[in-house]
Amino acid sequence: MVNITIDGQCIETEAGKTILQVAKENGIQIPTLCYHKDLSPTGNCRMCVVEVKGGRFLQAACVTQVWEGMEISTVSERVMKDRKLTLEFMLANHPLDCLTCDVGGECELQDLAYDYRVEVPSWGAKGTRYPVDSDPNPFVRVDFNKCILCRRCVQACAEIQVRDVWGVAKRGFEEQIVAGAGTTMLEARCESCGQCVAYCPTGALSNKMNYGTARAHQVKKVTTTCSYCGVGCQFDLLVKNDKVIGVSSNPDAPVNGMALCVKGRYGYDYIHHHDRLLKPRVRRYLLEGVKKERTGSPWDWVETEWDTALDIVAKKFKETRDATGADTLGFLTSAKCLNEENYLMNKLARQVIGTNNIDHCARL
Amino acid sequence: MSNSMDDVAKEAKCFLIIGSNTTEQHPVFGTMLRRAVRFRGAKLVVADPRKIDITEFATLHIRQRPGTDIPLINGLMYIILEKGWEDKAFVAERTENFDEFKATVMNYPPDKVAEITGIPVEKLYEAAEIIAMNSPMAVIWAMGITQHIVGVRNVMSLANLQMLLGNMGKPGSGVNPLRGQNNVQGACDMGGLPNVYPAYQPVTSDEAREKFAKAWGLDSGPMTVDGGTVRGLSSTVGLTVTEMMPGILEGKIKSLYVLGEDPVMSDPDTKHIRHALETLDFLVLQEIFPSETSVYADVLLPGVSFAEKTGTFTNTERRVQMVNKAIKPLGDARPDWWITAEIAKRTLFLLSSFDKDDKEEERRKINMDALWAKWDYRDTSEIMSEINALTPSYGGITHARLLKGERLQWPCPTTEHPGTPILHTKQFTRGKGKFMAIDHVPPAELPDDDYPMVMSTGRVLYHWHGGQMTRRAKGLMQVYGEALVELNPMDAERLGVNGKKLLRITSRRGSIVAEAWITDRVPPGMVYANFHFPAASANELTQAALDPVAKIPEYKVTAVKVELVKE
Repeated sequence: MVNITIDGQCIETEAGKTILQVAKENGIQIPTLCYHKDLSPTGNCRMCVVEVKGGRFLQAACVTQVWEGMEISTVSERVMKDRKLTLEFMLANHPLDCLTCDVGGECELQDLAYDYRVEVPSWGAKGTRYPVDSDPNPFVRVDFNKCILCRRCVQACAEIQVRDVWGVAKRGFEEQIVAGAGTTMLEARCESCGQCVAYCPTGALSNKMNYGTARAHQVKKVTTTCSYCGVGCQFDLLVKNDKVIGVSSNPDAPVNGMALCVKGRYGYDYIHHHDRLLKPRVRRYLLEGVKKERTGSPWDWVETEWDTALDIVAKKFKETRDATGADTLGFLTSAKCLNEENYLMNKLARQVIGTNNIDHCARL
Repeated sequence: MSNSMDDVAKEAKCFLIIGSNTTEQHPVFGTMLRRAVRFRGAKLVVADPRKIDITEFATLHIRQRPGTDIPLINGLMYIILEKGWEDKAFVAERTENFDEFKATVMNYPPDKVAEITGIPVEKLYEAAEIIAMNSPMAVIWAMGITQHIVGVRNVMSLANLQMLLGNMGKPGSGVNPLRGQNNVQGACDMGGLPNVYPAYQPVTSDEAREKFAKAWGLDSGPMTVDGGTVRGLSSTVGLTVTEMMPGILEGKIKSLYVLGEDPVMSDPDTKHIRHALETLDFLVLQEIFPSETSVYADVLLPGVSFAEKTGTFTNTERRVQMVNKAIKPLGDARPDWWITAEIAKRTLFLLSSFDKDDKEEERRKINMDALWAKWDYRDTSEIMSEINALTPSYGGITHARLLKGERLQWPCPTTEHPGTPILHTKQFTRGKGKFMAIDHVPPAELPDDDYPMVMSTGRVLYHWHGGQMTRRAKGLMQVYGEALVELNPMDAERLGVNGKKLLRITSRRGSIVAEAWITDRVPPGMVYANFHFPAASANELTQAALDPVAKIPEYKVTAVKVELVKE
């Protein structure tokens, strides 16, 4: 155990922890930008700097470990000035299109600029240094003009997805994030999981499918479970005007945390596809009470009300059961549907009809 | 899964992945395994004929010939016994039938196994050493193990291996089948199987039948099937999906109610399936899209997507999780539970209403005062209450608990029970774990002069099963827009295939044309095809050769002939 003080508050804590960890545990806020709890800290953005008594330089709280007798100030004038300067440097070459930027309202840079009342410097290069939407990936919209070189995308790809698509090229003012050796994302073997988008603190990486459709405060988030594979990832569906417009990671998801795959994060647009069946349909022969024929007009689809379609089904089930017995009816329930729905299919087959002919695609 | 995904990813010293393309089929779990290998130094042995993506992270990749898993596993166990690497205490305390099992394993010496599997002897020794020396070791598999005529025996072989190494009932170990569909675990748990009620209570058990008959308001006792008389619940095990389809052609099945399933795409031997569906008297299909199967439907009922309803899914690690309604059902579509309940109510009304022409015994007599006989559910939480009452492993899994954020894995018998992340910690369900003596049986259809290559089937990262959903997702189609067939460069050269060329793949049952993906992911002599696209579905070629117990088709081995389509 070591004893330290943060902003005059005496704290006993374990050696080996970082200043940021101890501060957080004790309710002391230190701003961060490149740091994310899921990723290993790198200390490269300098937002979390604090003043340690006796130290010549400000220390990055996310990577500096506490030691016995450490005296830390997280809010000294020097600290505040330094953080503000850091933000000024970032904004000096950041496009100021926050009015129309897709991530306005959930941009961590925007929040910090607001918190620190940063005045955008007149110097720097605010134009578009890089092409906007520069990668052909159908899911990820890349705009490196908005990149602050925090490298969370590089780490998310290396540490969460373990795919190493993103890297850092060049140095100094020319430094930039690149896919592979300066290729497209897919050429760099990107799996389009969107983890980099989920961890990006600005609008440098955003979602292409719903670009321009809604901002954070305009959507309702509904936490639910993915409908693709058996891993059972959870995420938030983003809903605007009763329409699913996107998926975002929910950090509290028990199985997957922030991680999702390409289908879970980006395979949602089937929900509103124009092929969706919106009304019950029955073949015309059923309405006309004539013999079943698989061609021509008797086999045409006719849209009906629910009562009509449901009554036809019940009548046919009874007819089959009366004519050839309960065991000539079969029920295929669904591994895509709810537990509650599968239970009802089991009850329908067994209680109502009286057959055990029920199965689903577990074998297929 | 006997264990949980995070448990395996965090605790296992070693993984054996056999017959699971984990990073493409269970992608997020795949990344958990990659992390374990890269950041924790866990060992990974991949046994798969194909050089799937996760092999990049493997300590060792062994490529058995398709359909030779039993000799491979027996061979590994031979070496383990030869070296004395087995967990003798576990074998003595927790298992039985060891001697008979050992006698069989002794018939699989490395030389012989190398010959059958095509894996060199030294690699067998290397694999056995890695999996035996790094404990706990978790076995992970999926359909690559089960979709064989020896699916059940393959699984029992893996259970043998884990018992032999004492890798059961503790963190980071276990037998871990990855379930494919989002709720295939739940569909099984809920009695969506021909032999069991919810929670695997057998339909042949008098006790279980009596329990459900009482709850659902039926006369208890066995149902008699003389002259259509139906009372109580049937004690006859029903037909599996792979038996129903041929059953239609034999006149055993006349009417079929299909909920959210697409047999034309997902069942073996498409031509045969189409013929069967055409033969049906009546097909009611409940779907969200006009699927390939809808062509054969008499009635098409619009259900809803997962975004439009509330209820639960159960994942591969037996974790029950909420699905929450985000938007109203589109158009006139209705939640699937509502539709099924309406059909049940209306059918019940017809079956129980008095008609002087009806024979007394044809009427379905249900005592509607019985506790769980009714069908008037207002929402799915009411259905869950009924499930809680009748499904012991789900006894304590209520919507209220899940909505409070409790994380429940079955068995969870009471509302106080915290759930069960790891199974079999103290003893197996049957008491002692029984070693099974398992011998090799070759696949049903092996290559010959007419069909000289082996085709295996499966899915790709960007698509889901029959493709009804993912073929309607724009971005996914941009990345993967048509079926590709994996072909080894050596075979490509032999066939004169260079670049983007069309192949004709033919089996005894059908033929498809698809573009070649020339890649060493498949070994020479093997092709790999998917069933996502109706224009070139691998199931046109597969056959309904079934495992005798599980009735699962042998999708992983089909003899085919591959030709270049001349332009």
